[in-house]
Amino acid sequence: MVRYIANKLLFMLISLFILISATFFLMKAIPGSPLTSEKQVPPAIQERLEEQLGLDKPVYQQYFKYLGDVVQGDFGISMKKINQDVSNIIGQTFSASLKLGLVAIVVAVIVGVLLGMLAALYHRKLIDNVAMVLAVLGIAVPSFVVASLLQYVFSSQLHWLPTMGFKGPMYYVLPVAALTAQPIAFIARLTRSSMLEVLHADYIKTAKAKGLSWLAILWRHVIRNGIMPVITYVGPMTANIVTGSVVIEQIFGIGGIGKQFVEAISTRDYPVIMGITIFYGILLMLARFLTDIAYMIVDPRVKVNKGKEG
Amino acid sequence: MEHNPIQVMPTPVDLKPEDFRKIGTDEKEAEVIQRESISAWRDAWQRLCSNKMSMVALSVLALIILAAIVGPWISKWVHGYNYYSNDLMNTNQKPSGAHWFGTDDLGRDMWVRTWMGARISLIVGLAAACIDLLIGVIYGGIMGYFGGKVDEIMNKFSEILYAIPYLLVTILLLVVMEPSLGTIILALTITGWINMSWIVRGEIMQLKNREFVLASRSMGAGSGRLLFKHLLPNAVGPIIVTVTLSVPNAIFSEAFLSFLGLGVQAPIASLGSMINDALTGWLYYPWRMLFPAAVISLTMLAFNIFGDGLRDALDPKLKK
Repeated sequence: MVRYIANKLLFMLISLFILISATFFLMKAIPGSPLTSEKQVPPAIQERLEEQLGLDKPVYQQYFKYLGDVVQGDFGISMKKINQDVSNIIGQTFSASLKLGLVAIVVAVIVGVLLGMLAALYHRKLIDNVAMVLAVLGIAVPSFVVASLLQYVFSSQLHWLPTMGFKGPMYYVLPVAALTAQPIAFIARLTRSSMLEVLHADYIKTAKAKGLSWLAILWRHVIRNGIMPVITYVGPMTANIVTGSVVIEQIFGIGGIGKQFVEAISTRDYPVIMGITIFYGILLMLARFLTDIAYMIVDPRVKVNKGKEG
Repeated sequence: MEHNPIQVMPTPVDLKPEDFRKIGTDEKEAEVIQRESISAWRDAWQRLCSNKMSMVALSVLALIILAAIVGPWISKWVHGYNYYSNDLMNTNQKPSGAHWFGTDDLGRDMWVRTWMGARISLIVGLAAACIDLLIGVIYGGIMGYFGGKVDEIMNKFSEILYAIPYLLVTILLLVVMEPSLGTIILALTITGWINMSWIVRGEIMQLKNREFVLASRSMGAGSGRLLFKHLLPNAVGPIIVTVTLSVPNAIFSEAFLSFLGLGVQAPIASLGSMINDALTGWLYYPWRMLFPAAVISLTMLAFNIFGDGLRDALDPKLKK
């Protein structure tokens, strides 16, 4: 087990290293330097600035310095926002994104599992059909379309919920709904198919034969086994929600990391783009790593010595 | 005895010569095929046809593709609009006889732009899926066929690549390269092929130990022949399904990139960039958002439903 975890950890670090290196060299491949501007700077100042930013050194030295800085959590200085550390920008805006993301993950899991469970318990009944239609819609309709529709209906037309901002509980409803539409649909489908399988398993018959109450069977056997596949989906779902929040924060005017990211991309603020990319990368890889570990702990049947197949 | 449900086997003493008759000696008769034989493909096609949802999805897809091809031409014949021709006297017009889907903030006809956008989105989706298919089949085929060390190394490599979040790589590449149709497709496929390669690998690994492969090998078939004549054609079902389901993913990713300003650049529009453009005034001019949003949603919906139906049709064992 320790070997399995160490192995996963090692591969995560390799992936992360590749991402950081790729980010660094891609940014270096862009023609022009951060100091290029319309105003001609005197050569002495230019040299001084280059020295200060370490741009006078060969690329490989800059690369190792960058690696070292990143390990220490230093992503450099923003080019467009004066005197702003990239790590500062991330630190200041992360809390909003974190709150939104955590709420979205919790809501997605609870609603998705409930919906899938209902669909499985009432297999081929009305609830099942409605849930599956919703699930197909949720998977197919892009989150930004959902977001705009929700905004139009609930805040512009009905005036029930605020259109923009992030000031209180009511401000969470629409962004979370838009963010979770796809994960809920996916989780519902996963839960439904795995629960249907579990419901027909022999151990459920045994439990019934033993005279266990239906509720006890449901809780101890059906749900526990039925939500296994959902755990594997938590990692990819985090990725989905984090990348989704980039657009959702933009639409709902939430000052999170996603908004900074979009801003940095449009103003080509390279250190910020690099910093947020690496930050997202660490976050998502960590989520996937924890998912793998969690699954291994929860499901003893998982083959520890073998990698993922297919 | 008649009422006894349990049949008692007659003992050999009870048997008389009349109890015996010749059966099955006429070999010719035994070989005659009673029913028309149905190939696996026709069987799958019939199953697909009996699935109403997938047939509806297929028709919707056909309509959207048709509209994306002829839609802009129709408007050119009827009204004479181009996707870039603007009319600043008629900006943000509601849908009407002159502008079936209304106009945008530069007075450009939304009907033409929607279908041009659909064309671009479909091209991006299909091209990305095709490139994924090509790379994935070759890479996965090699992994699955050779197995052992080759498989281990190549698989680890793809796992490492896969662990890097897909959209981040795509965003990075497009920040560096100038966004154009070609670079977007390239950026979308840079890690998009991995899933396909795993599907192919799994299929090939299952198939390569089957008797027909052994038979072909014993007749002296080389690796290339085995792979392309025997293994891949038998894995074609899951491959088709994966391609069908990866098209909407690519379309969605392109729309997402458009949101970041990294999609196709003006004056060309994709459905995603049109939705992004419409976002600024969308509470006042909902039709600017509605038509492209409806088309992109319908396209993705249809691809997803059709892909699911295709999977059920090609692999009836999987159906639940």
